[in-house]
Amino acid sequence: MIKKFDKKDEESGSGSNPFQHLEKSAVLQEARIFNETPINPRRCLHILTKIIYLLNQGEHFGTTEATEAFFAMTRLFQSNDQTLRRMCYLTIKEMANISEDVIIVTSSLTKDMTGKEDVYRGPAIRALCRITDTTMLQAIERYMKQAIVDKVPSVSSSALVSSLHMVKMSYDVVKRWVNEAQEAASSDNIMVQYHALGLLYHLRKNDRLAVSKMLNKFTKSGLKSPFAYCMLIRIASKLLEETDGGHDSPLFDFIESCLRNKNEMVVYEAASAIVHMPNCTARELAPAVSVLQLFCSSPKAALRYAAVRTLNKVAMKHPSAVTACNLDLENLITDSNRSIATLAITTLLKTGSESSVDRLMKQISSFVSEISDEFKVVVVQAISSLCQKYPRKHSVMMNFLSNMLRDDGGFEYKRAIVDCIIGIIEENPESKETGLAHLCEFIEDCEHTVLATKILHLLGKEGPRTPSPSKYIRFIFNRVVLESEAVRAAAVSALAKFGAQNDDLLPSVLVLMQRCMMDSDDEVRDRATFYMNVLQQKQKALNAAYIFNGLSVSVPGLEKSLHQYTLDPSERPFDMKSVPLATTPISEQKTDMAPVATSKMPEKLAPSRQDIYQEQLAAIAEFQGLGPLFKSSEAVQLTEAETEYVVRCVKHTFSQHMVFQFDCTNTLNDQLLQKVVVHMEPSESYEVLHYIPAANLPYSQPGSCYSLVRLPEEDPTAVSCTFSCTMKYLVRDCDPNTGDPDDDGYDDEYVLEDLEVTVADHIQKVLKPNFGAAWEEVGDEFEKEETFALASVRTLDEAVGNIVSFLGMQPCERSDKVPENKNSHVLFLAGVFRGGHDLLVRARLALSDGVTMQVTVRGADETPVDIILASVG
Amino acid sequence: MRILILGLDGAGKTTILYRLQVGEVVTTIPTIGFNVETVSYKNLKFQVWDLGGQTSIRPYWRCYYSNTDAVIYVVDSSDRDRMGISKSELVAMLEEEELKKAILVVFANKQDMEQAMTPTEVANALGLPCLKDRKWQIFKTSATKGTGLDEAMEWLVESLKSRQ
Repeated sequence: MIKKFDKKDEESGSGSNPFQHLEKSAVLQEARIFNETPINPRRCLHILTKIIYLLNQGEHFGTTEATEAFFAMTRLFQSNDQTLRRMCYLTIKEMANISEDVIIVTSSLTKDMTGKEDVYRGPAIRALCRITDTTMLQAIERYMKQAIVDKVPSVSSSALVSSLHMVKMSYDVVKRWVNEAQEAASSDNIMVQYHALGLLYHLRKNDRLAVSKMLNKFTKSGLKSPFAYCMLIRIASKLLEETDGGHDSPLFDFIESCLRNKNEMVVYEAASAIVHMPNCTARELAPAVSVLQLFCSSPKAALRYAAVRTLNKVAMKHPSAVTACNLDLENLITDSNRSIATLAITTLLKTGSESSVDRLMKQISSFVSEISDEFKVVVVQAISSLCQKYPRKHSVMMNFLSNMLRDDGGFEYKRAIVDCIIGIIEENPESKETGLAHLCEFIEDCEHTVLATKILHLLGKEGPRTPSPSKYIRFIFNRVVLESEAVRAAAVSALAKFGAQNDDLLPSVLVLMQRCMMDSDDEVRDRATFYMNVLQQKQKALNAAYIFNGLSVSVPGLEKSLHQYTLDPSERPFDMKSVPLATTPISEQKTDMAPVATSKMPEKLAPSRQDIYQEQLAAIAEFQGLGPLFKSSEAVQLTEAETEYVVRCVKHTFSQHMVFQFDCTNTLNDQLLQKVVVHMEPSESYEVLHYIPAANLPYSQPGSCYSLVRLPEEDPTAVSCTFSCTMKYLVRDCDPNTGDPDDDGYDDEYVLEDLEVTVADHIQKVLKPNFGAAWEEVGDEFEKEETFALASVRTLDEAVGNIVSFLGMQPCERSDKVPENKNSHVLFLAGVFRGGHDLLVRARLALSDGVTMQVTVRGADETPVDIILASVG
Repeated sequence: MRILILGLDGAGKTTILYRLQVGEVVTTIPTIGFNVETVSYKNLKFQVWDLGGQTSIRPYWRCYYSNTDAVIYVVDSSDRDRMGISKSELVAMLEEEELKKAILVVFANKQDMEQAMTPTEVANALGLPCLKDRKWQIFKTSATKGTGLDEAMEWLVESLKSRQ
C-alpha cells in the first residue's frame, strides 16, 4: 500500500514533502558534519530536522547509531545560534530513550536553564527533565525549585509541566517542591497558575482529604486563570462523584457559582459538569441548562456547538430539562454550521413530542445530503432511539430511512441505517414487511458485501414466515445472478431456508438450486449441492439441523479439533460433541444507547473469551486430559471492593471436571504474597483433586491460581454445590518504595465469600434461530413436563428474567421480550448440557395471582431433562 | 582553534574555563557532561571544551578528541594521593591517535594551597620528562587567585601560532 503511494508521488513530479525519500543511513552519514569546525548552523539544522523527521516516522535507530549521532549532536552546543540550539533540545528529547549516556548534556542544559537567554531556559528545562532519572534529579533539584518560582512565565510553566511528568518517576522528590508550586499557583500569569494547580493536584490526587483541602483553599481565594478554574471544576466534580457527596456540599455550590463566572469557558465547564452529574434534580439542572440555552444564541460557532452538543447528550437522560431550550434549538435548525444544525435537530427529536416528529424529519431531510457521514450517523442513531420511544411513528421513520438508504454515503453510514431498520423490524412486527421491502430494494444496488450478506441472512430468517414469501425469492435470486461470490453464497443459503419452510415453494426453490449448482464458484456450488440434497429428503428434522439452525460450535475450536483428529487418525468418526461450543456473544446492547457521554465503542468480537481460556488452561500440565473446555462463567467477585486482596473466580466446566480459576490481586504495597492457593471446602460430594498455586503475587500485579474439582459421577443430578473458600499464602513484608521483600515470611490466610456452582454452569447457551424446527428435531422421546407456581413473582417480565438467568440458557425467537399488556407468554430456551446433550425448554407462563409456569423440557438424553426439572422445582 | 580542558574531578577545570572566559571566579558544581565556551585571547578565538572529570564521565572524553589543537590538563597539586590516577588517565589520553598532534599544557593548579607540590614535582609525578614527540609545558597556576593563567595562555598561543 505504502509502496503504491510512493510511486504515485514520484509520478506527480516533485512531491510536496522534501523529506519523503530520506534514507536513514544517508542522514546519519550527513550527521558527521556536526564534528566539523566551524559549525555551519544552517546545514546542521537541516540535518537535525531530517533526523527528527525519521524518528517521527517510526524509523528504528539502533542503540549504537543513535548514540553516535547523539554525541555528534552534542558538539553543536559550541554554536550560539539560537535556532540550532533549540533544535538540539528537540533532538535530545526525541533521542532520550534510544541513545545511551544522554546524561552527557546535563551540565550544558543546566547552564542553559539558569542562563541569561530566556528563550533557552524553558526548552532546556524540558529537555533536562527528559534525560534525568531519579538519582540525577536530586542534583538538579535546587534549579528546578528556582525555575518553578521564576518570574519568566515560560520558565515557570516549563518547570511545572516537567515536574508533572517527573511525578510518575520520582514522586518523592517532586513532592518536596510543593511550596514552590504553591507560590506559582498565585502567579498572575494564567498559564503558570494553571500548570501549578495541575502539579499540586497530581501530587495529592491519591489523598482525598488533601485534594478537598486544596479545593477549599482555591475556591475561597479565587483564581485568575480560567484554565485553572476549569480544572478546579473537574477536580470538584470528580471528588463529588467519588465521595457520593450530596448536592448540598460546598463543592457543588462552588461549581454552581462558576456558572456566573465572567469567562465563557468556565461557565461552559461548570454547566457541563452539572448536567453530567448523576442524580441531578430538575431544580439543580435548571441554571446549568439555562446558560447552555444562552450559549445557543451566541455569535460564536464554537460556543453554540459546545452548548448544543452537551444538550444533545443530556436530552436522553433529562428530556424535560432540555425541553426549555426547544425554541432556541429550533432556531439552530437552520444554522449555517451543519454540525450545529444536525445536533439541534437530533436533540429536538429526543425531546420533542410525537407530533413534531414529522416536521423535524422533513426539516432534516432538506439538508441531510449536505452533512458529513459522521453526522448522518448521529441522525440515524437519533431516529433509532425515536423509534423505540414512539413505535407508532415507524412508518415515517421507515420512509425516511429508505430515502437515506438511496442516497450516497459511506459504509459506516449505510450500516447504521441497515442496523436501524433491522432494529425497527425486530421491535415492531407490523413494520416487518415494509422494512424487508426497503432492504430488498437496497440490496438491488449495494456495493457493501457485508451489508448484502447480512440482509440476505435476515431475509432467509424472516422472509419464509411472512404472508407472501414468494415475493422475496426474486430479489434473492437476482443476487445469485449478479453479485460476487460471497453474496451469491449467502443468497443460496437464504433460498434454502425458503424451500425448507414453505412446502409450496419447494419445487421452485429446487429448480433455482439446480441452477446454482452450475455456479462458477466452489463455495456457492457446494452450498447449492448440499442444500439440494437435504431439501430433497423432505424431512423436517434434517431441515432443522442443517438449514435453519447451523453449527453452534466455536470455529477456532472446530479447526483445532479437526487438526488434532487428522494428526491422530482413528477408526472412530469425528465426534462433533468434542468440539467446544461457541459462546453466544452477549450482544443485544445496541438498542439502549448510553444516555450520557460515555461513547462506548462496540466491543470487537475477539477470538472469543472462551477460546483464550481454553488456550491458557491447556498450557497447564495438570489440566491436560480433561477434554475440551465446555463453558467458562462470568467472573464472580469473592471479595468486597477495596479490600486488601481482590479475588475473582471464573468457573470452567469440562465434561467430568470443573476448574476454578482465581484471579487474585494484592493491593498492599508492603507485602509480597507467595504460594497462593484458594482452599475449597465443597458441600456436596465434589472432590477437589489439585490445587495449583500462584507462585508470586507482588503488589498490584494480578496472578491466577487454580483448583481442579471432579464432578460426582455416581449422582449426575448433583449439579449445584456450595464451596467455602479460603485463600492461603505466605506473606513476605517488603519495602513499599523499592518492593524488596524481607528474607523470611509467615503463613496467613484470608476468608473469601462462598462460591456457588449452579445448574447454569453446566449448560452452554446455544441460539436456535428457528426454535420450532429444533423442537421437532429433538422429538418427544425424552419429553417431560411439569407445572409450577411462582408465587413471589409479580410480572411476566420478571419471571422470564429469572428463568433465563437461573437456567443460563439462550432465549430464542426473541421470546425473552414480553409484549405489553399480555397475560400469558411462551418462553423458548435452548442450550447444550455438559457432555454435548441438546436441551430445549418451553415455558408457558400465565399471569394470575403470581405467575403459573408450565415447563416442558426436551433433550437428546434423559438425565439432563431430569436435572432441569429437578433444579427448577 | 579547539582546546580541551581535561583532568580529574575537582581539579578546577570549570573554574579555569570561566576564569579564562569572563575573568571571574564563578561558583561551580561537579560537571555532568561538558561545558563549552568561546574564549578570546590575544585576538585568537578558541572553542574551549571543559569535560567533566568524574570517573563515570571520563570514558566519554574520547568522544570529543577529534580535531583538537591543544589539551589543557589540569592537576590538583595538593592531591598527592591521586597523582597516580591522574598520570594513568593522562598517559591513556596521550596514546589516542586523534590527539597525536595536540599540544599539551599541564596546569599544576591550586598552588595557593599550603601542601601543594611544586611544578617540577608534578611534572615528575606525571612522567612528563619521558614524553617523546610531544610539545608540552607545565605551569603553576591558581584559578581562584588568577595567577599563572596568563603565562600559560601566552605560551600556548605562541606555540599554536608557530605551528601554523
